[in-house]
Amino acid sequence: MSLWIWNLIEALLIIGIAPLMTAFVKKLKARLQNRQGPPLLQGYRNLIKLFARQPVLASQASWLFRAAPYVIFAATALAAAIMPVILVDTPLTAAADIIALVALLALARFFTALAAMDVGTAFGGMGASREMTFAALTEPAMLMSIFVLSMVAQSTNITAMIDMVLTPELTLRPSLAFALAALVLVTIAETGRIPVDNPATHLELTMVHEAMILEYSGRYLALIEWANQIKLLLFATLILNLFFPWGIAIYPYTTAILIAAVAWLGKLLVLFVLLALFETWMAKMRIFRVPEYLGLAFLLAILGMLTHYILEVGV
Amino acid sequence: MQPALLQQWVAVAAAMMLLVVFALLAQRHMRALLRWFALQGVVLALTSALVAFVANVPELYISALLALILKGFLLPWMLWRIVINLGMHREVEPLVNVSVTLLIGAALVLFSFYVSLPIEKLSQLVTRNTIAIALACVLLSMLMMITRRKAITQVVGFLAMENSLFFTATSATYGMPLLVEIGVAFDVLIAALIFGLFFFQIRKTFDSLDIEHLEDKH
Repeated sequence: MSLWIWNLIEALLIIGIAPLMTAFVKKLKARLQNRQGPPLLQGYRNLIKLFARQPVLASQASWLFRAAPYVIFAATALAAAIMPVILVDTPLTAAADIIALVALLALARFFTALAAMDVGTAFGGMGASREMTFAALTEPAMLMSIFVLSMVAQSTNITAMIDMVLTPELTLRPSLAFALAALVLVTIAETGRIPVDNPATHLELTMVHEAMILEYSGRYLALIEWANQIKLLLFATLILNLFFPWGIAIYPYTTAILIAAVAWLGKLLVLFVLLALFETWMAKMRIFRVPEYLGLAFLLAILGMLTHYILEVGV
Repeated sequence: MQPALLQQWVAVAAAMMLLVVFALLAQRHMRALLRWFALQGVVLALTSALVAFVANVPELYISALLALILKGFLLPWMLWRIVINLGMHREVEPLVNVSVTLLIGAALVLFSFYVSLPIEKLSQLVTRNTIAIALACVLLSMLMMITRRKAITQVVGFLAMENSLFFTATSATYGMPLLVEIGVAFDVLIAALIFGLFFFQIRKTFDSLDIEHLEDKH
C-alpha cells in the first residue's frame, strides 16, 4: 500500500517541478546569451495566468478540439507516473512496461495532431503533417534504442532494466553507449529542442510543435504547455534512470528515498546545464535535414543492437 | 584486471572502430573527413596496443606505434596538404544519398556478422568477437570507395580499408608478421604519394577531380 503512495508522490513530484525545470533551462540559456532571463517561478505564473483566462475557441472547433488538451495532459501525466523516478520498484512500473510508456506519448502526440487539424487553419495542418513525418522516424529510433537495453536486461520492464545497469560488478557494454547516443538524439527531437525545433519562438516558418497549438488559449493552452514541460522532464529522467541510475532508491526507506531524490535532482541539473550549453552552441538545422538527423539516431540504435549481438552475447 | 573485463575493453575498442568507419561514411565535408580519417588511425593504434596488452603479444606494440605515426599523423597530413593545394574544401559528393548509404552500411554489418559466425566458433583468441566488426569495417570502407565521386574521397576509402584490414589481422591472428606489416605500411605510404601525383595529373587534364571524366573515351 505504501508503495502506491510513493508512486503517487513520485508522479506528483515530476508533474509539479516540470515548470520549474523548464524555466531553469530558459534562465540558463538567457544568462549564456548575456540576458537577464525570466525568474525561475515564471513557469508557474504563466500557468496560473492561463488557467484564470477565459479560453477563446474558433467557431468551427468541434468537441475534439476541447477534449484533446485533457487527453494530452492525462496521457503525459500517466507516462510520468509509470517512470520510476526515485524508487526503482513502483506498482505502476510493474503494471506497464516501457512500450506502454512510448505508446502513451504517441497517444498524446496523435491527439495534438488531430486537434491541430480540427480547426482547419493552414498552420495547424502544416505543423501536424510535419510532426507526423518526424514521429514516423523518431518512434522506431526510440523503440530500437530502448530495445538494446531490454535485450541486455532480457525484459521490457523498466525496473528490470534499471536493476541490470545497477549490478555491482563492472561490465563495459559498448552497445549501451550506442543506445544512449541514439536516445539523446531522439530526446532532442521529441521534446522539440534546438536543433530540431525551437522552443522559444512562435514566429518561425519552420516551427513544428508551436504551429500545432497556435489556436489554443486559456486553460487548454496551459494544459498543453504543462504536458510539454512534463515531457521534457520525463525524457530527461528516462535517460538518467536507464543509463545512470546510481543513487536511486531500491527499497522504500525514507533515508534512501531522500538520497535518491537529491541524486536525481543533481543529475537533472547537470543534464539541463548540458542542454542549455548545447542549445546555445548549436544553430537550428534546416527542416529537410531533420529526417537525416533522425536516420542517424536510428542507425546508432541499430548499431547498438548489432554490437550487442556481435560483441557481448558470446562474452 | 580480470580477463572478462579486458575482453570487454577490446569489445569497446572494436565498437569505436565501427563507429569511426560509420562517421567516415556520413561526412559531407572534405576536412571533417580527413579529421575522422586521422582519428581512425589513432583508434587503430589504441586498439592494437590494447590487444598487445591483453593477449601479451609485444610485437603488436611496434605495429601500434607504426599505425599511430603513419596512419594517425603522416597520411592524413599528406592528404590534408593535397586538399589545401588543390583548393578543395567543398562538400564531398556522394553518388548515393548519405542516409541510404548508412542504412546499406548497417545491412553490411549484419551480413559480416552472419558470415563470420563459423570463424568465431573456431577461434580461441581473446579477440574472436571482433572479427565480425573488423570484416564489417573492411566492407564499409569498400562501400565508401564505390559510392564517392571524387578521386580523393575514394583514396580515403582505400586507406580506410587498409586500416580495417590491419584491424582484421589484429583481431583474427594477433597481427601479421612484423616484417609484412612494415612492408605494407611503406607500400601504403608510397601509394599515397603516387595518389597525390595522380590527383594533380587528373586535375591538370580534366580541370576537376571527378572520376567520371576518366570514363570519356574520346
